Amino acid sequence: MRDLFAFLRHLGNLCHKEFLAVIKDPATRVVLIVPPILQALLFGYGATYDLTNVPYAVLDQSRSGYSTQLLARLDGTGVFHRVATLDSPRDIAPAVDSGSALLVIHIASDFERTLQGGLPTEVQVILDGRNSTTASSAAGQIRTVVAAFNASIGQAAPLPVSVVTRAWYNPNLETRWNILPGLIASLSMMQTMMLAALAVAREREQGTFDQLLVTPYTPLMIMIGKALPAIAIGLIQSGMILLVALFWFAVPMAGSVFLLFAGLTLFTIAIVGMGLSVSAVSANMQQAMLYTFVLLMPLVLLSGLATPVQNMPEGFQIATFLNPLRFAIDLVRRVYLEGAGLALVWKDFIPFICIAAVSLPLAAWLFRNRLA
Amino acid sequence: MMGTHGFWRRLISLTRKEFRQLLRDRSNLMIGIGLPIVLILIFGFGLSLDVKQASIAVTMQDRSPQAREVVNAISQSTYMTVVPAESLAEATLKLDRHEVDALLLVQNDFSRNLSAGHAQVQLITQGGDPSRALVIQGYIEGAIGTWSQKAADRAGNVRVRGTSTGVMVTERMWFNAANDSTWYLVPGLIVLIMTLVGTFLTALVMAREWERGTLEALFVTPVRPVEILVAKIIPYFCVGMLGLFLCLVAARLLFNVPLHGSLLVLIVASMIYMFVSLGIGLLISAGTKSQFLASQLAILASFLPAMMLSGFVFDLRNVPTAVQIVGQMLPATYFMQLAKSLFLAGNQWPLIVKNCTILLAYAIVVLGAARIVTRKKLD
Repeated sequence: MRDLFAFLRHLGNLCHKEFLAVIKDPATRVVLIVPPILQALLFGYGATYDLTNVPYAVLDQSRSGYSTQLLARLDGTGVFHRVATLDSPRDIAPAVDSGSALLVIHIASDFERTLQGGLPTEVQVILDGRNSTTASSAAGQIRTVVAAFNASIGQAAPLPVSVVTRAWYNPNLETRWNILPGLIASLSMMQTMMLAALAVAREREQGTFDQLLVTPYTPLMIMIGKALPAIAIGLIQSGMILLVALFWFAVPMAGSVFLLFAGLTLFTIAIVGMGLSVSAVSANMQQAMLYTFVLLMPLVLLSGLATPVQNMPEGFQIATFLNPLRFAIDLVRRVYLEGAGLALVWKDFIPFICIAAVSLPLAAWLFRNRLA
Repeated sequence: MMGTHGFWRRLISLTRKEFRQLLRDRSNLMIGIGLPIVLILIFGFGLSLDVKQASIAVTMQDRSPQAREVVNAISQSTYMTVVPAESLAEATLKLDRHEVDALLLVQNDFSRNLSAGHAQVQLITQGGDPSRALVIQGYIEGAIGTWSQKAADRAGNVRVRGTSTGVMVTERMWFNAANDSTWYLVPGLIVLIMTLVGTFLTALVMAREWERGTLEALFVTPVRPVEILVAKIIPYFCVGMLGLFLCLVAARLLFNVPLHGSLLVLIVASMIYMFVSLGIGLLISAGTKSQFLASQLAILASFLPAMMLSGFVFDLRNVPTAVQIVGQMLPATYFMQLAKSLFLAGNQWPLIVKNCTILLAYAIVVLGAARIVTRKKLD
C-alpha cells in the first residue's frame, strides 16, 4: 500500500515535470492550441467536394426560345454561373484551356428545329478534366437540369420507375459533415505523436536523459510519465476540435460524448505508444521528427479522411488494418453522425488496444536496451 | 579577383560539408527519397475518388417478375453488388454495421404502381460519406433509368418509334478522357514532395543548427551569410530535384499519365517553386530557432495548405471566398495549377507566363527575406 502510494507520488512528480517541459515555452503553448483550431476552421470550409460554383461558357448557335429556356434553368440552379458567351466553336478551346470556364455548353443551330420535329437532339458539354471529380459532378447536375427541361416541354415521357433517395445522417450530403468528425481524430494525432516522439529524444539531445537514469525511477515509470502529458494534450485538442464542429459549424452530434472520448482515449494511447517507440530508436530530435513525419503521412493518407477507404484497391485496404487512424475516423464519424452505440463500434476498439499493447512495451524495451 | 576566388573556394567546401551532413543521417534520406516513393505509390495506387465497388442491400417486398428485373439491372452493373436482405430491418442493420453502402427497398405495391405508370423504389445511402453516396445514387439511377427506358420501349405504348426523348446530353471530358483521378493526383504530388523537401526538411535542419548554436560557430569563420545560405540551399535543391525526377518517372512508366506540355517548362517551373519552398523553410527556421516549433510551423504553413487548399484534391472554386483568398496567397496554388495544366492540357502560354512570374516574385521575396534575417543575427 505504501509502495503504491510512493509509486503514484513519484509518477505525479514525473508527470508534473513533463508537463512543464512541454508547456513552459509560450511559443509551444500557442503551437499546441492555435493550429488545431485554425486548421479545423480552414479545412471545415476548404475541404469540400460540394459543387457550389461552376463557371461556364455558352455557345448558343440556335438562339431560340428553347435554348434560352434551357439556359435559364441552368442559371436558376444557383450553382452555374455564366462567365462568357461565345460566338464560334473556335472560342471553345481558349475558354476551357485558360480555366476561366469549367465547362462549355454547345447548342447547335438546329436545336429547336430537331426538338420540335421530334428528332434526336443533342446538347454538347465540354468539360475541363483537370479536376475530373468536379467535372463529373457538374456533368451530373447538367443531366438533372436537362431531364427537368425535357419533362417541362413534354418531350420525354416520365420514366415509369423513379428512384427516391434519402441520405441518412447527412440529408444534404455536405462534405463538411464528413470531414469535421474526421479532423477530431486526425488533427490531434499529428501533434500528439510528434510530442511523444520528441519526449525522449529531447532529453537525449540535451544530455538530461542520463540525469533521469540516476533518479530512483524505473524506465517504466519514466515512460508513463512521458506518455500521460502527451495523451492529455491530445485529448484536449480533440475536445477543442469537437467544439468547433459542434458550435461553429453546427454539425449535429447524434451519439454519446462519453463513448466518443472512451474511444479517443484508447486511440491516443496507441498513438503515444507509437510515438514513444519512434522516440526510443531516434538518436536526436531531428531524427525523431523526420521518422514521425514519414510515419504520419501514410497514416493520414490511408485513413479515409479525404478519400474513402472502400475506394482503395484491396491490398491497400488490408494494409489500413495496421492504421489506428482509419479506425479512429470510422469510430468518430459513426458515433458523432450516426449515433452508433458500443454494440456497433466495439470492433474499432480492437486495433487501438492491440497497437497500444504492442507499442508501449516495445518502447519500454527499447529504452532499456538503449540504456544497457 | 582574389575575392571571387575565395568566394568559390569557400562555397565549394561549405557545400561539400552540407552534402556530407545531409548524407550522414539516414533520416534525411528517408524524407528525401523514401517518403516520395511511398507517396507516389499511395497517390498512384491507393487513393481514389472513383467508386469501383459498392454493395447494395436489396429488400424486395414485391417479388413480381418486373421487380426482379429492376434488381437484376442493378446487379448487372460492374460497379455494384447486390446483397439480398429478407426484411427491411435486416437491411437497415446491414447499413448500420456498414456491411453495405446503401439500401434499396422495392415496396409491395411496386408492380401495381408500375402498371399505373408511376412506380418508385427507395434508396437510402450513407450520408456519412457524401461523395460516395452521391456516386452510388448516380449508379442506381443510371441502372434503373436504363431499365425503365427499355421497358418503355418494349411496351411500345409510351413513345412512337422515331420520336425523340427530348434533349440528350453528350459529354466530352477534355484533358482526362478516362475520368481517372490518378491523372490529377500525380501532377499534384510533385508540388507536395517539393514542399516537403524544401520547407519541412530545410526548416528542420536549419532550426537544429540555430538551436544547437552550430550556425553561430560558422558565423565566426570568414564565410559570409550569403555563402552559408547558398551552401545550405544547394543540397536540398538537389534532393527536391531528385523527388521531381522520381515523380516524372513514375508518372510516365507507372501510371501512364501523359505529359502534354513541355518537359523543360515543367522543370524550370519546378526549380522556381523549389526556391520559394526553400526560402520559406529558411525563414521559418530563422524565425523560430527551435526544432519543434519549426517543424510544426512548416507543416502548418506550407505542407497542410499545399495539400488541402491548393486545389490538389479539393477544388478551390467550391470554397467560400475567405478560404479562396487564403488559397490564392499560397505559392503552392500557382505551381499546382501550372503542373496540372502542363501535364493534362499542354502548354498554355498565358498561364505559364503568369504563374511563373508570380512564383518568381515569391522566390525573390522569401529568399531576400531569408538573407536579411540571417544577416541580422550576425550583428
